[in-house]
Amino acid sequence: MPAPAEGQPILTLRQVSKTFPGVKALRSVQLTIYPGEVHALMGENGAGKSTLMKIVSGAYAPDPGAEIRIDGKPVVIDGPQAAQALGIAIIYQELALSPNLTVAENIYLGREPRRGLAIDRAAMTAGCRDILASLGASFGPRVVVGELSIAEQQMVEVARALHARSRILVMDEPTTALSARETERLFALIRRLKAEGLAIIYISHRMAEVYELADRVSVLRDGGYVGTLGRDEIKPETIVRMMVGRDLSSFYTKAHRDGSGGAPVLEVAGLADGKRVRRAQFTLHRGEVLGLAGLVGAGRTELARLIYGAETRTAGTVRLAGKPVAFASPAEAIAAGLVYLTEDRKAQGLFLDMSVGDNINLGVIGRDAAFGVWLDRAHAYARARDAIATFRIRVSGPEVTVGALSGGNQQKVLLSRLLATEPKVLILDEPTRGVDIGAKSEIYRIIDDLAQKGAAILVISSELPEIVGIADRVVVMHEGEIVGEVGGVDGPAITEENIMALAAGVALREPA
Amino acid sequence: MSEGLATPQMPGDPADARARERRWRGLFRSIGMLPVLIVLGLLVQGLDLWLTGEGRFLSWQNLSIVAQQASINAVLGAGMTFVILTGGIDLSVGSILAASAVAGLLVSQNFGDLGILAALVVGLVIGFANGALIAFLRLPPFIVTLGALTAVRGIARLLGNDTTVFNANLPFAFIGNGALSIAGVASVPWLIIIAFLVIVGAWLILRRTVLGVHIYAVGGNESAARLSGIKVSRVLLFVYGASGLLAGLGGVMQAARLYAANGLQLGQSYELDAIAAVILGGTSFVGGIGSIWGTLIGALIIAVLTNGLILLGVSDVWQYIIKGAVIIGAVALDRYRLRGSART
Repeated sequence: MPAPAEGQPILTLRQVSKTFPGVKALRSVQLTIYPGEVHALMGENGAGKSTLMKIVSGAYAPDPGAEIRIDGKPVVIDGPQAAQALGIAIIYQELALSPNLTVAENIYLGREPRRGLAIDRAAMTAGCRDILASLGASFGPRVVVGELSIAEQQMVEVARALHARSRILVMDEPTTALSARETERLFALIRRLKAEGLAIIYISHRMAEVYELADRVSVLRDGGYVGTLGRDEIKPETIVRMMVGRDLSSFYTKAHRDGSGGAPVLEVAGLADGKRVRRAQFTLHRGEVLGLAGLVGAGRTELARLIYGAETRTAGTVRLAGKPVAFASPAEAIAAGLVYLTEDRKAQGLFLDMSVGDNINLGVIGRDAAFGVWLDRAHAYARARDAIATFRIRVSGPEVTVGALSGGNQQKVLLSRLLATEPKVLILDEPTRGVDIGAKSEIYRIIDDLAQKGAAILVISSELPEIVGIADRVVVMHEGEIVGEVGGVDGPAITEENIMALAAGVALREPA
Repeated sequence: MSEGLATPQMPGDPADARARERRWRGLFRSIGMLPVLIVLGLLVQGLDLWLTGEGRFLSWQNLSIVAQQASINAVLGAGMTFVILTGGIDLSVGSILAASAVAGLLVSQNFGDLGILAALVVGLVIGFANGALIAFLRLPPFIVTLGALTAVRGIARLLGNDTTVFNANLPFAFIGNGALSIAGVASVPWLIIIAFLVIVGAWLILRRTVLGVHIYAVGGNESAARLSGIKVSRVLLFVYGASGLLAGLGGVMQAARLYAANGLQLGQSYELDAIAAVILGGTSFVGGIGSIWGTLIGALIIAVLTNGLILLGVSDVWQYIIKGAVIIGAVALDRYRLRGSART
């Protein structure tokens, strides 16, 4: 391992493990961070990056035996306050600001200057002005945070960290919601902070960013530490191999016949919701896996929810097997054979206090019930057992509470619920988000298998390799519209570059 | 929901033992407050023996009185269990009880037994009104039923012209004061029979029907319930309708006991006793977790406490203080015991 930065590491982690009920999230991970470096932390979803950073920021306690040193001295980080006192600040993907308070109030939250019993607002405003100016912010301390853009809110988070005299700054996927220009400015800011001697731990999936920004890269896989690369060793192929641990071609399954020439099953035209979705249109065929790509905020989830009847449309038509449909509720969509897998399985999908069996059967207990009223428990139990076996859900039995399962197994439970209704059309929104590598490849196999049996499947995904790996054809959404299409019988090739160009709003050159 | 759909077990399964253990734990959770009830009963009996040398608590006659005192609260508590399982609250049941009792007595003066129907219909209609506001206008249950608490109290007074309504020849008075003689050996008061049937009915709905699973689902995760095709508004309409209907039934029981109803006084703060019974029974205040048997035990704890304190000659003022303290203490004990295993 190269030693890029000189002197003593600011943060050293050794033997850090974390066990949750039913899953070992981290296994004896190590990490060394020097002052003045941008250290990228990479790994697939579920690799343990977020868990590790939650330990560093005091949100989780590590298993006994972990060794954490700051400036060489052993420390115990037993809560967010302790982390703050040690100079560690974390900026989460979901920003942790109070949108109803002003910039100054947010920056000073919990450390308000006082004059007697009253808050010293003048001192607060003055103190913020300096920090904001040094960051090149274009907004003042009295603005209410809810009125700022995501990029500006991030700047407030950074200002808060600086104000707390943090020396280690963790940024968890900070660019997911940023435009290209905003990203540029964020990078400039990160470089300045680095020059001032801060250590920055940068979590990202985006190879290009890491390549541009990072001094060193550490990779986690399935909760274990794989290795650290120095500046000269950072190459996309190397990192991918470290992250995936095997060849990519065996990872995705595409055994079904390309379905993009099949009979149209779902035809969407001119669909709009008056907000995020404007004139969306595409056609999904029988036996086809259609990818729906686009940047976060492009309106993909909103489009899916419109089709599914979870939101109200303002314009456009949807045809299912040739007949126009306008679902007033998800219940109607499910009855017509169209199901939707939510991107947020904990908040919108699962009933975490209920058993695996109940979760799997929830969509069909009404159909199975005697007179539509009395539960058919034997049938439900058998169905749950079947699903557990078919999808290799790692659980001791259907009566286990779903909340105790790992992300991948939870996702398979949710998929089982959808499949129990025997749908003809599936809309899968980020089907492998927060899922470990093993479960991921099993989910790909399930999708492939469904397509082979003639189902029509729309896969929404922000992970380009995934879309490229499993889709027959890809439509790309940009600012609420479907702006282009790749793949299919004679379309442009399905490549990450082509998809990215469309997603960013750039027209494709005609294939030669 | 530990005891779910998947109860039957294949014999010889390796997961068998663990599953059985889990079921036991589920059972333990639902009877969680039973020890408190038993200890409380023995304590009252012991204190009475010590203070008066009589031990009047544990007599068939007194236990029957306790059960009768618990019966109305258990009926209201059953409705409240439905509501709280969906993550809601119904503050209006005491007022609904009063309005139903007044309406029932008024109708009984001219139409006899039709008074029962009138009371039930009044309860159901008000319950559905609550449910409609909550389900379709998406208003918060606390606010809707807080408003109903006051408005329906006014309706109760209006119905009775703000006086006490009597019917000395109440045809259904047997409900409040009669008992069913079983083969000439035992006689069980009708109040107890009604409460027991309500509890069993509620259990059947919660554990054996699609609707029951949907109630738990809505309380566990409302947006997931909606997305998975559950008609959430129907479920909400049902639980508030059921709570209103059962409050109407409580009104019938109360009217039958007293032959009279006063719109101003009847059923004052009954909603709080019903909520206390549900919470004592271990049902989660945020919804999704709980059982009807727990509510029954909770209602019995409150009745034993009231009866015991009167028996021991504790003054009215101290009865309030002790009852409140026991409710908080018992729930604190329960949370301590289940630390880490459940939400709120």
